[in-house]
Amino acid sequence: MHGRPRKPLKQEDTAALSAKAEHLRSLQSHFLANHHNRVYTKEALDVNAKLVESNPEWQTCWNYRKLAVQHFLSAASDSDSDVKSILDQELRVVENALRKNYKSYGAWHHRKWVLSKGHSSIDNELRLLDAFQKQDPRNFHAWNYRRFVTALMKRSDEDELKYTEEVIGANFSNYSAWHNRSILLSNLLQRKAEGYFPKENVLEEEYELVHNALFTDPDDQSGWFYHLWLIDQTVKTDAPLLVSSWPSHGSTINLQRNKCLFGSGSSVLNCTLSNIGKFPVILYFSQAVEGINSSTVTVKSDVLNVDVVWKPLSTNNSNTSQVWVTYLNIGNMELQLSKTYPLEISLGHSQGIVSSSGYHFGHPTQIAFKLCILTAHREPAEGEGEKMTSWDDHHFRAVEHFQESESILTTDQLTSENDHNQPTSNWSVETIVKEIAEFRDLLSESDCKLGKLTLARLLSALDSLSSKHAKKMAHADEVLQLYDDLMLLDPIHSLYYKDKRSLTLLHQITSTRESLLPYCHYYEGATKTIADYVCVRLQNLSLSRIGCAENLLWVQMLDLSHNELQSIEGLEAMQLLSCLNLSHNKFGSFTALGPLRFLQSLKVLNISNNEIGSHSIDTRRYLCSSPLSHTEEFAWDRFEILAGSFNATKFWEAFLIFDSLNLTELDIKGNAVDDENFKLFLVKVLPTLKWLDGGELS
Amino acid sequence: MGGELATDKHVLYILSVEKRKDDFESVAMEHLRMNGAYWGLTALDLMGKLDTVDVDEVVSWVLSCQHESGGFGGNVGHDPHLLYTLSAVQVLALFHKLDVIDVDKVTNYIVSLQNEDGSFSGDIWGEVDTRFSYIAICCLSILRRLDKINVEKAVKYIISCKNMDGGFGCTPGGESHAGQIFCCVGALAITGSLDLVDKDLLGWWLCERQVKSGGLNGRPEKLPDVCYSWWVLSSLIMIDRVHWISKEKLVKFILDCQDTENGGISDRPDDAVDVFHTYFGVAGLSLLEYPGLKPIDPAYALPVDVVNQIFFSK
Repeated sequence: MHGRPRKPLKQEDTAALSAKAEHLRSLQSHFLANHHNRVYTKEALDVNAKLVESNPEWQTCWNYRKLAVQHFLSAASDSDSDVKSILDQELRVVENALRKNYKSYGAWHHRKWVLSKGHSSIDNELRLLDAFQKQDPRNFHAWNYRRFVTALMKRSDEDELKYTEEVIGANFSNYSAWHNRSILLSNLLQRKAEGYFPKENVLEEEYELVHNALFTDPDDQSGWFYHLWLIDQTVKTDAPLLVSSWPSHGSTINLQRNKCLFGSGSSVLNCTLSNIGKFPVILYFSQAVEGINSSTVTVKSDVLNVDVVWKPLSTNNSNTSQVWVTYLNIGNMELQLSKTYPLEISLGHSQGIVSSSGYHFGHPTQIAFKLCILTAHREPAEGEGEKMTSWDDHHFRAVEHFQESESILTTDQLTSENDHNQPTSNWSVETIVKEIAEFRDLLSESDCKLGKLTLARLLSALDSLSSKHAKKMAHADEVLQLYDDLMLLDPIHSLYYKDKRSLTLLHQITSTRESLLPYCHYYEGATKTIADYVCVRLQNLSLSRIGCAENLLWVQMLDLSHNELQSIEGLEAMQLLSCLNLSHNKFGSFTALGPLRFLQSLKVLNISNNEIGSHSIDTRRYLCSSPLSHTEEFAWDRFEILAGSFNATKFWEAFLIFDSLNLTELDIKGNAVDDENFKLFLVKVLPTLKWLDGGELS
Repeated sequence: MGGELATDKHVLYILSVEKRKDDFESVAMEHLRMNGAYWGLTALDLMGKLDTVDVDEVVSWVLSCQHESGGFGGNVGHDPHLLYTLSAVQVLALFHKLDVIDVDKVTNYIVSLQNEDGSFSGDIWGEVDTRFSYIAICCLSILRRLDKINVEKAVKYIISCKNMDGGFGCTPGGESHAGQIFCCVGALAITGSLDLVDKDLLGWWLCERQVKSGGLNGRPEKLPDVCYSWWVLSSLIMIDRVHWISKEKLVKFILDCQDTENGGISDRPDDAVDVFHTYFGVAGLSLLEYPGLKPIDPAYALPVDVVNQIFFSK
């Protein structure tokens, strides 16, 4: 029972309650008999009226009243006064029921149902609401009803906006009022109502309004989310943009004669792709979009004249994605040695690429790159190239400086190439700078959590706005420090701050070639035929989350070991990835590896020393495609062929993940799930596997 | 107060509620007895004690609440409503007895309640709420009939209820509320549409529901309540942001709300217990991986083994 103290009942209370129960039961059975026999006499309605007061949540009672109203209306004359008196009676019953329990869904709906008949005066409704809203200014039923009534009255958004201002003026600690203000203001801004365009002036006033709330009591959450929403309105661009691509504009992709692919320069494109004679083109947008197809994205080439099929890299049913990929088939092409073949991908010239929120991609963009065939590649001799991947330090050599030709791409180059991106408005930058000053002021007075968190967000926003003007993550160090402070200041949410910290750190690391350089190493442990493989080593950084895949699309070998990761959301964009080390992290389930299913070229996976099999609750269960979310049918036929003797209710997650991979090496030891039975299962579903847990399979 | 989960006491409490039909509380709750059955039985199953109830008795009572339209009422002779139809289907699923109902009939009832804009009414009287979208979607998915409604429109409607804080309300413009968020996130999870949720924004709102005592509230500046251990927690799990709260503190808060003498769990420490909060407390602890409890599925609100049985057996 909500809010009622736990105490043993006294004898007389027990007796009184028992009498009350008997009375209620007799009303109930009386009412049900009337309902089933369609009795709508005055007495029957009185019984019901008593019941809705004590049982206002009993839908059947309200249904009965609606039937009674219909019964009376069909018998009544057409005169307005008859109809009105029938309906007014209902409004009185509802009002009484609401006075007993103003949180009753059934009562509020009955009132709406009556008013929707259009015969009652609505003038009284706002007065009634005022009474309820004074009694409980946060009652969401009353606020919902208010939106219903004001729509019925055609009261203007402007007037309602004034009302929220009054409510907030009386007491800023009213989240419901701030919420309603955001709804009304969004409407006014969206339809560019008079006085609400351009949005700059409007938002400035809103900042002032919410500052009053935040600075009066920074611990009161009422204005927090409204303020964050204002920041978002200030910073975000509605239309989707192309953030990065692979290949990038102006690059040269070197292919080996035997169809092995090379990235421009010396970083080797893995041979998996070459085996299937395909290589990827990746488009990475600022937000999820739909409508990427051969009519919205054109591929111009002298040698390639096949239709290109674009696929979204996502596990949802909406066919939208931030990242789209196509595989160009070069397997059948007659390409000549040392000749370059230009390719050009253009998009945005016609409409059709649309974000989830309905905005069009409208910046004509071109990505021109070249394919080049290099000298014949020596076929590996028998037994050569059959060496297990090692992640030990001594197999890696620091990259001292990048070769001019290397295709290490970071945002700095992308932006200079894609200078068609919308220029950042001065107003956005100025507003954020002003907010930063306000929050520095607040922090000089009190060391509050909201102050630090908001400052961290504002500084990150400023960096992302100015990164378009080539100033690189200038405030990252300060932001990292703020998140460190917050982890100590607010320990129950420490992992929230840690996730944010991880993203900031990765932004900082991947923002320029110079910042990324210390993390790039040549891998020298691979087969003799493949030399100078660049590996990005991001181990031991306390990362609890990954991001910035848009800056790492070129990466083929990635070490994320010894962090605190439990998901790899976003990694699916790295289509060239061939070797991945996720060992010594906090992955708790196979579903957490879902993004790997998109990586056609992944050969080597180290997932050892994680927590797979140790958790009863799977937090990735609904973020990985499966029959549970209707994103994928279970492949019963394949399951039975490959693993017929295993129980699908236990092995479905592992089957979903590994059946889609073509791994040659897998290390899974040090997880609760890894027992002999499981290894048997793995060998069956991964026929390509050569090494398991460091041992060569016979 | 506190200590460990008094499983045996809670089992006895749940079984005793069923017997006290003449208490005032029981009489006042007659109209949602079907929900009560779901809460009590699911809690029993999570505690490994479902075998203490008479299956046939429950199943035949559930069937006696079915209306000719195919929907279920909250009790015998009551009008049908989606709220009780889901509970009825969930109870049958707990006992692996979904084969006793005419699936097409129940499906037709639910399908008939979808509106042109994709939303769902709770019953023929037209109250629209995203709670009903969740119920319809969850129920049809359990019955393997999700393809009978317009899922795309249903999802679109739910998204039209999304707010600036990343949460969801009852109808477009309605304020975010943890219970409502569970319904919308659950419906989006089951329809493979979680990409439409702003997980970081919503996750921050949800994790800020944890107050100093360790308990969770349902909206900003409100008191904590054990029932949000379900609504908030399951939502955080579905979007993989549950690590943003302190699990230890929440476990302690729930355990502090136990009546260790007479069994049952209340909304806050020292308040009167009821089946509703007993279920939400136990389900919350299950989501927190409390030892000895069966895991519960965050979207279907049924034990994981029951859900896996439905989707992963041929």
